[in-house]
Amino acid sequence: MRYLLHRALHAVFLLLGVSLLTFLFSSLTPGNYFDEMRLNPQISPDTVAALRAQYQLDRPLPIRYLHWLSAVAHGELGFSFAYNTPVAPLLWVRARNTLLLTGTATLLAWLMALPLGVWSAARFGRAPDRVLSWATATLLVVPDLVLALCLLILAVRTGWFPTGGLVSVGFDELSPLHKFRDLISHMSLPVVALVLATLPMLVRHVRASVTEVLDAPFLRAARSHGIPDRKLLYQYALRAAANPLISLFGFSVGTLLSGSLLVEVIMSWPGLGPLLLEAILARDLYVVIGGVLLSMLFLVTGNLFADVLLYWADPRIRTTASAK
Amino acid sequence: MRQPRKLAKWLVVLVALHAIVAAAGFFAPYDPVEQDRQRPYLPPMRIHLMDAHGHLHLRPFFYPLKLREGSFDQYEENTATSVPLLFFRSGASYRLLGFVPARLHLFGATGARIYFLGSDAYGRDQLSRILYGGQVSLLAGLLGAGVTLLLGALVGMAAGYYGGWRDELLMRIAELFLALPWLYLLFALRAFLPLGVGPFDSFLLVVVVIGIVGWARPARLVRGVVLSVKERDFVRAARGFGASDFYLLRRHILPETASVLLTQAAILVPQFVLAEMTLSFLGLGVPEPLSSWGNLLATLQQYNVLVSCWWMYLPALAIVPFFLGYLRLASALQQRTVTYKIDEKNDWNPS
Repeated sequence: MRYLLHRALHAVFLLLGVSLLTFLFSSLTPGNYFDEMRLNPQISPDTVAALRAQYQLDRPLPIRYLHWLSAVAHGELGFSFAYNTPVAPLLWVRARNTLLLTGTATLLAWLMALPLGVWSAARFGRAPDRVLSWATATLLVVPDLVLALCLLILAVRTGWFPTGGLVSVGFDELSPLHKFRDLISHMSLPVVALVLATLPMLVRHVRASVTEVLDAPFLRAARSHGIPDRKLLYQYALRAAANPLISLFGFSVGTLLSGSLLVEVIMSWPGLGPLLLEAILARDLYVVIGGVLLSMLFLVTGNLFADVLLYWADPRIRTTASAK
Repeated sequence: MRQPRKLAKWLVVLVALHAIVAAAGFFAPYDPVEQDRQRPYLPPMRIHLMDAHGHLHLRPFFYPLKLREGSFDQYEENTATSVPLLFFRSGASYRLLGFVPARLHLFGATGARIYFLGSDAYGRDQLSRILYGGQVSLLAGLLGAGVTLLLGALVGMAAGYYGGWRDELLMRIAELFLALPWLYLLFALRAFLPLGVGPFDSFLLVVVVIGIVGWARPARLVRGVVLSVKERDFVRAARGFGASDFYLLRRHILPETASVLLTQAAILVPQFVLAEMTLSFLGLGVPEPLSSWGNLLATLQQYNVLVSCWWMYLPALAIVPFFLGYLRLASALQQRTVTYKIDEKNDWNPS
């Protein structure tokens, strides 16, 4: 339990550090949202100054940071200048969509990577393994941006998938089953892009760690005892190989978040990505900070989940943690 | 024995690829910003040896394109006039590698413009733009990797050599940078830098932003090497002879980190080229009229281009050989480091 508490504390510090970092960066900004108003002769300098005062942009950085921090503690993330609303609900809707995308993609990618990696490791060096290695190497060379563009081109040319948005027009009138199907068909393209972008890395890691374990004496012993191959691979080998893979899980959440940012923009999925891009172009300070922080929150949660899994899967961590 | 040869092979491939891009002026038939507003979105022209009447020509030629009857965006070959392809021909002036003024081009034509890979919205030659764009993208990647490795080496050496609270502080910050998803970090950094600046300034901005994002991983690796090297006998001996910290770091510790830095460079350059492409694709990087692989792809965000102009996809293909080369180079370098270490252990068998 102390181990988990320790990890959670670490996560909180990480979040605080990132928020401090983004605020520091933001103080280096050579412009803000109200700069364009200053150029407008119809708006008096006093109005701009008053607006700046209202949003406390004229205060020194530490005070602004503390203000913002106390607002976050109350569940508010500041104010969006461009949308003229509080940031939190704005971000929340988008974050839900991003979460839907990355969550599905993470799940699918791992569900495919585990059997593929184990299957490949069991045939190490033989033809199927070589074909799979070749395929993952090829996919690894194609960058996310190109992959997403290729899929989009495919979708546009064939018309198999809808090419943008979350749902079709008239979504509200559909029956629940049709709603679900509509959502799936809209999700499929970005999810496929994300899965293809992460799958090769995952398969390679699973294959490497299972191959390593398969050489271990205890597995040879188990095999000579006549334990069937399937049980051997999935119950014995995978369990022993799980440790680095669980750490990889935390890491994969990070890459998927980065990837989804790009994929969302390309495929016009209404997630955090397009919002963040707009906010950057409009200098909408608190939206950017909130977006970055929210993604950090997802990442930290993913890592915490990995830590919990590790604690559950690896008895060595339990014993050293309780011995401390 | 196979590893060094593999390394050399991929190194040669990469050098050749870079040479082509570096000498873009020679391989590109036209200036990348030269417009021909009469010919927007021309499809790639075909090079023929056999003309419409079935006669074989020794010199390759092409037919200029004309609008198909009754259409406003469909082109067909005008077989009435054939334009011969001229090799090693003098054309638009350029500066080779940015310094040497030259006019020689690999190929070109007189009378009509040759669009080997089609043209863009302003009738600019896509092949020329891809080649020149490669210069921008690759240079951004290389310079960005340089900045990152410099930062990483400095921080890593400082942390590993001095240890104590400095080490603790620097490594905590590095952890922070490692934890952030890189694209978000890139965005966050870019968000707080000026937007509407000239092409050169924004290129520098992109390099700086990319360079700052990635320093944490090389810093940690360098720190690890420094921690082990500083306890080695030759370093202790040098210190015993009164060598200063700076001398020790420069003369004895920095060379030991070379293989780690080299491997990291091979990993980082393609990542950073991609980072530049991503930023430019999203309109946060290098702006028009300068071309980069990222902003060339950005035209695909227009629906009609995406649907009807397949030659605008080509910049995406251009990067794939570079990625392959760097990936293979990195893995060859990694393997070399590993075998090197093994050889060091069994020093009765130096090879």
